[in-house]
Amino acid sequence: METKTITVWILGLFQLILSSVLETSNSSFVESLESTQSYDYSKYHSMDEIYRWMQDVERGNPELVSSAVYGHTYEGRNITLLKLGLEDPEGREKKVIWVDCGIHAREWIAPAFCQWFVKEIVNSYKTNKKLEQMLQNLDVYVTPVINVDGYIFTWANDSTRLWRKSRSTPPAGSSCYGVDLNRNFNANWGMVGVSFDSCANNYGGKSPGSEPEAKAVMDFVGRMVNQTLCFLTIHSAGQLILMPYGHPEISAPNYDELVSVGEAAAVKMKKVHGMGYTVGTSPQILYPNTGSSRDWARLIGIPFSYTFELRDKGEFSHLLPEEQIQPACEEAYAGALSIITYVHEKTFNSSTLPNASVFRVAMMIWSTVMAVSLTTGVMM
Amino acid sequence: MSLRIIVLLAVLTGTIGSPRPEADSADMKAHPNSVPETAEKTKSFVQEVLVVEKAEENVMATGELNVNHYPARRAAQVVQHYLNTRYGSPYRLLQVDKVHRGNAEDVADSGRKYKLEISVMDFISNITDKCSAEILFPRGEQQRSPQVQALCEEPLKINTKAQEEALYQQYKMNSSLLSAQYLPDSYGHIEPDMKPFWHLSIVAASFIMLNESSEDTLYNVAQVANITQLATENDQLKFDCHVLLHEMVSQEIIHWKLLFTWSPPDGVKVLQMEQLPHRHEGEKPPNTN
Repeated sequence: METKTITVWILGLFQLILSSVLETSNSSFVESLESTQSYDYSKYHSMDEIYRWMQDVERGNPELVSSAVYGHTYEGRNITLLKLGLEDPEGREKKVIWVDCGIHAREWIAPAFCQWFVKEIVNSYKTNKKLEQMLQNLDVYVTPVINVDGYIFTWANDSTRLWRKSRSTPPAGSSCYGVDLNRNFNANWGMVGVSFDSCANNYGGKSPGSEPEAKAVMDFVGRMVNQTLCFLTIHSAGQLILMPYGHPEISAPNYDELVSVGEAAAVKMKKVHGMGYTVGTSPQILYPNTGSSRDWARLIGIPFSYTFELRDKGEFSHLLPEEQIQPACEEAYAGALSIITYVHEKTFNSSTLPNASVFRVAMMIWSTVMAVSLTTGVMM
Repeated sequence: MSLRIIVLLAVLTGTIGSPRPEADSADMKAHPNSVPETAEKTKSFVQEVLVVEKAEENVMATGELNVNHYPARRAAQVVQHYLNTRYGSPYRLLQVDKVHRGNAEDVADSGRKYKLEISVMDFISNITDKCSAEILFPRGEQQRSPQVQALCEEPLKINTKAQEEALYQQYKMNSSLLSAQYLPDSYGHIEPDMKPFWHLSIVAASFIMLNESSEDTLYNVAQVANITQLATENDQLKFDCHVLLHEMVSQEIIHWKLLFTWSPPDGVKVLQMEQLPHRHEGEKPPNTN
């Protein structure tokens, strides 16, 4: 009798502990889900808030979102990405889409867009069959802020808001901080539209990839280059969709296709709120420049590489009012999705599906025949 | 029983396994025409300089201009600055909406002349207007300001006289002098009461931007750091203002101090302008942790 009571007590205690453990892990899941629902995507957020948000998004959507720290900034901070993807039911190799924001510190609408982009996907993939299919075939890597040090610096006080570069310490003989990370990539580095004066806002650093933020991207994406279909880097301002290359003498091999895909995206973007985005290479529609992440991506073989320059066209430039965050992000999302969908369709749905179903039917017939012969054999 | 096994096996096969499709990767690898990375790395510095010069020459298009390309866009921006010096007010500010046609040609010994057909939009009323303009970018040892002639169809279409008069009276009568900082603030926000002074500062800054423009620049006002009203004995309102200009091609932020007057009948008159030196951070940066 007594052993029975003890057993019951032990079992009861065990059940209590187990349920409380489950409840806390479940409640942190619920908490994370709730906090991402109440997160205001129409406001600019500090880096601390963005780090916390990334944790919440991951915890609240474990089947879709995972995170990775793939480098450290000059001042030692984490460079973190969110990876969005679903398991491929057919177990095929996933292809990669890369989206990064905030290479330039003052372009606040860019990190705002990366957060919006993640939120849109998280909120719609369960009810959007096409998106769900794409996430089964693709892993989308999103870095909300690459230049973390620079971004934090723009939040320090009113006078630092327009900082552009990283926060690396001045080279010998100079008193000027920072490197223009978008001139530091290993793509015709130092040739055009770049300065060797460390005080200049387009100072390209002392050598290609000398800056840890740029190196982190090149190392991480470099390892996945064979699977990467598309590289989107988000900036402001100017309302432009820039194609490679920034060097005026070099043309991408798929120039025509880049133009047509870019133009299609611009059309989709204009449909949202009537805002026009111009498509072209940087030397055509902006200025020549080398060492950009977009050029590096195209150069190592990623076929679709674009720089998005978001709103506006000069009224507010980098100080885009918060009430424009939502419309700017809505149109940018339409543009990004247009390119990602094109790239996905070209890779996955152009020639594979009909073959797959024929193969499946053939397999079914074959195995049925085998099964019949086996069982009848056994019977006999 | 055997039929059930057959059905079960068939169903099982149907749900498991399907071929691994070959991704259409052939055309994604290095195209025969693409420039290999290694070739670029070995270019010498001298060669790089030559390439830069050649590139810039190629870009100096002559004749009919592509309206989406930067030469026409930069010339149009100069017209914008010119129009704002003439027609800008606390309640009227123009920005380039579209370049319809553009043409550029070298003028012997004087410089380069652009002829443009553009649309401008008043970003307060959203009304657009059509303008034709000629811009001469002078060449020579001294960097001189561009010369602009422009004719718009209805530049003063929106009547802002009443609003301007009301603003003028309010600040003429006010015993305390206006003082405001950071228009817009870091979040892009401007108090509605301060918007007319943000506009006024941009009009005054347009005189600077017009003077400083060339074929290699694209200026916008990034922010008004400070605007302070000064007392006057005459009928003008007088302001001391610190503006931050954004120059797109160099991506620099350039600081200017301006002293200007304004009244509804006389418009904006710049009395003094002074570029502030490029701030190098000799001091320790603010604590960002």
